[in-house]
Amino acid sequence: MVELTQERTVDRSHMQVSDEVAIEIRNMNKWYGTFHVLRDIDLTVQRGERIVICGPSGSGKSTLIRCINRLEEHQAGDIIVDGTELSSDLKNIDKIRSEVGMCFQHFNLFPHLTILENCTLAPIWVRNTPKKEAEEIAMHFLEKVKIPEQANKYPGMLSGGQQQRVAIARSLCMKPRIMLFDEPTSALDPEMIKEVLDTMIELAEEGMTMLCVTHEMGFAQAVANRVIFMDQGQIVEQNEPTEFFNNPQSERTQLFLSQIIGH
Amino acid sequence: MSDTPVTYVRKEMLGQKAPPTSEVGPVRWVRENLFSSPMNAFLTILSLYAIYVVVSHVGPWLLNGIWDAESLTECREIIAATGDGHHSAACFGVISARWHQLVFGYYPSELYWRPILALVVFLVGISPVMFPSLPRKLYIVTLAAPLLCFWLLWGGSIWFPVSIALGFGVGVVAHKLLDENVSALAAIIGAIVLPLLFWLYLAGPIASGLDSVIPLGIEFVPSRSFGGFMLSIVIGLSAIVISLPLGILLALARRSDLFIIKTCAVVFIEVIRGIPLIVWLFTAQLLLNYFLPPGSSFDLTLRVIIMVTLFASAYIAEVIRGGLAALPKGQYEGADSLGLNYWQSMQLIILPQALKISIPGIVNTFIGLFKDTTLVVFIGLFDPLGIASAIRATTEWNGIYWELFLFIGIMFFISCFSMGRYSLYLEKKLQREHR
Ligand SMILES: Nc1ncnc2c1ncn2[C@@H]1O[C@H](COP(=O)(O)OP(=O)(O)OP(=O)(O)O)[C@@H](O)[C@H]1O
Ligand SMILES: [Mg+2]
Repeated sequence: MVELTQERTVDRSHMQVSDEVAIEIRNMNKWYGTFHVLRDIDLTVQRGERIVICGPSGSGKSTLIRCINRLEEHQAGDIIVDGTELSSDLKNIDKIRSEVGMCFQHFNLFPHLTILENCTLAPIWVRNTPKKEAEEIAMHFLEKVKIPEQANKYPGMLSGGQQQRVAIARSLCMKPRIMLFDEPTSALDPEMIKEVLDTMIELAEEGMTMLCVTHEMGFAQAVANRVIFMDQGQIVEQNEPTEFFNNPQSERTQLFLSQIIGH
Repeated sequence: MSDTPVTYVRKEMLGQKAPPTSEVGPVRWVRENLFSSPMNAFLTILSLYAIYVVVSHVGPWLLNGIWDAESLTECREIIAATGDGHHSAACFGVISARWHQLVFGYYPSELYWRPILALVVFLVGISPVMFPSLPRKLYIVTLAAPLLCFWLLWGGSIWFPVSIALGFGVGVVAHKLLDENVSALAAIIGAIVLPLLFWLYLAGPIASGLDSVIPLGIEFVPSRSFGGFMLSIVIGLSAIVISLPLGILLALARRSDLFIIKTCAVVFIEVIRGIPLIVWLFTAQLLLNYFLPPGSSFDLTLRVIIMVTLFASAYIAEVIRGGLAALPKGQYEGADSLGLNYWQSMQLIILPQALKISIPGIVNTFIGLFKDTTLVVFIGLFDPLGIASAIRATTEWNGIYWELFLFIGIMFFISCFSMGRYSLYLEKKLQREHR
C-alpha cells in the first residue's frame, strides 16, 4: 500500500458535500443468470462526496459501479443519476454516460487514436464541440494530468501510469459531474500507482463527486468522506474513514481489514 | 574448487570487431538456407535440376513465341519456316489478334471508351479510400462512382440510375424519420424494406416517366455484349465494393442484441454460405425473374452481380465478425462510457480496429471472389474462359489452348497478387501508425 499522507497534505478547502443528490440507488438488485450478484443495494451519493468502495474479490464492487452508467443492466430497483432515471431508454443512457466519467482497471484507451484524439473524440462527437476548441480543452486536461508532451503519441507508447492518467483526462474532457473509478491502480507498478493517485487526489480537492473501487487504503484515508465495504453483493458496512479503519463494526469488515492491512 | 578470486574488474572495454566472412552476406545465407546439411544440399541440387528441366523446355517455347499471326495455320507455317526444328514455339498471335475480344468481349468497338472511362471513374473514386492521404474532396467522386460507372457501362437513359439513387435517398430519409418518431428497430427495418419496395415498384415507372418528359441518355449496350476481362472486372469489382459495406452491416447485425435482426442475419449468412456459388448463379439465371414483378425484365449480368455480391457479403460478414470478436470488451465499454451512441462507437472505435484485424481475411475473400467470377461461364456469360472457348471454336484458332489459358491465368494472377500486396502494404502501414 502506498502511504500518501506523509508526502502530501491534502487541501480540503473545496471538498464540500452539498445537499444535492448526485446518485440515488434504491433497493437495486442484479442477477447474472440465476446468480444474485447485487442484493438490495441502497445508496445515496450527495454532490461532492468522495466514496471509496472496498471488499473481497467477487463481492460485486465493479458490478455496482458499472450499473451506475449502465455498462451493466440492473433487474430490479431504481438508479437515478443527476435526476435522470436509468431505464432501457437509449437516449437517457447516452445522456447519463456523457455526464458520468469512468476509469477502468485496464484504461481502455483507443489504441488506433493518438492521445489527443482519444481526448477530443467524445467532446467532438457527443457534445458537438468544434475540433479546435476540443483540442484546447484536451490540452488543458492533459497538462493537468502532467503529460501534455505525449499528446501526439499513441497509447501503446506510454507507460501504464501515463495511460491511466490519459484515461482520466479523457473522461474529464467531457466535463463530467461524477467520476467512477474501477480499481484504477491495480494494474500498475508501485511508482505509477502514486502518480495516478496524485491525479485522483487533485480531482478530489477540486470538489469532484467520486466513487472509487480501490484497495488503496491510504487514498481512502486521505480523501474519502465515506468508505463502503461490500461482501457477497451487499453493502455490509459504511462509515467515515477514521471510524471505518479504527473501529470496524462488522466481523467481515474486521477480517477483511486485517487481511489487507495485516501484512 | 579452484582458488580463482571471485572479484573481477575489466580494465579496458572491447571495441567492435567485424564478424568472420563466412558469417555475413550471401555466403552465409546460401550456407544456412541451401546447404546446411547433406540432405538439404541434396534437395537444393534436385530442385535446381527440376527448375532447369522446366525452364529448358518452356523457355524457348515462350521466347520463340509468334505474336504476329492471324490464325493457327499461319502461325504453324511461320514456326516451320523460321524455327530450328528442335523446339516448339508458342502461338501468341491469338492474343494479339483477339486482344479486343479478350478484354471487351462483344462490346461495340466504337464504345470502348465507355468501359475505360468507367474504370478511370472507379479508380478515382476508390483512391481516397485506399490512400487516405489524398484530398477528401475526392469522396464526391466516390459517392457518384457506382451509378456513374453503371450508366457508362450499360448506357441507356440517365433517369434509370437517378431513380436507383433516389431509392438510397428513400432509405436514408426513412431511417431518420423512423428513428426519431418510432424506434431504432423500426428505423433499421424501414431503411431496408422501403428502398427495396421503391426499387421494385416505383423506380421503373419514375425513370420511364422522366425519360418521356426529358429524354436524356447514351446508347444502350445489352449485357449479352459484355465479355472478357471487362466482365470479370465488372462483376468482381462491383461485388467487392458492395459486399464490404454489406458484410459489415451483416456482421454487426449478427452481433446485435435485437433478436429479429440477429436471426435474419444468421439465417441469411448460413443459407448463402451453405449453398455452392454455382447453384446461386443458376438461381440467378433461371429463378430470379419469378420473384420480380411481372413485366420487369432484369438484366442477367446485373442478376449475377447481385448474387455474387450477396455470396461474398456472407463470407465478409463472417471474417469481420471474427475481427469484432477479437476486440477486447474494454474497447466497447470505453466507447460506451464516453456516451458515444451505437453507430458512433462502431464507426469511430470498433470498426477501424476490427477491420484492421480482418484485412488478411477480407482480401483473401476478395481474391477468391474474383477468381470465382469465372464460374459465370456456366450460365452462358462470356467471361475470359467463355471467350477462350468461343475463340477456340472459330476456324482460325481451332486447336489452340495453352497460350490462351496461360494468358488468362497470368492476368488473374497479376490481379490477385496485387490485391495480396496491397493488403500487406495496408497491414504494415496500420501497424506503423498505431505502434
Ligand atoms: N458477465 C458476468 N457473467 C456472470 N457472472 C459474472 C459476470 N461478471 C461478474 N460476474 C460474477 O459476479 C460477481 C461479482 O463480480 P465483480 O466483478 O463485480 O466483483 P468485484 O467485487 O469487482 O471483484 P474484483 O475485486 O475481483 O474486481 C463475481 O462472482 C463474478 O464471478
Ligand atoms: Mg472488479
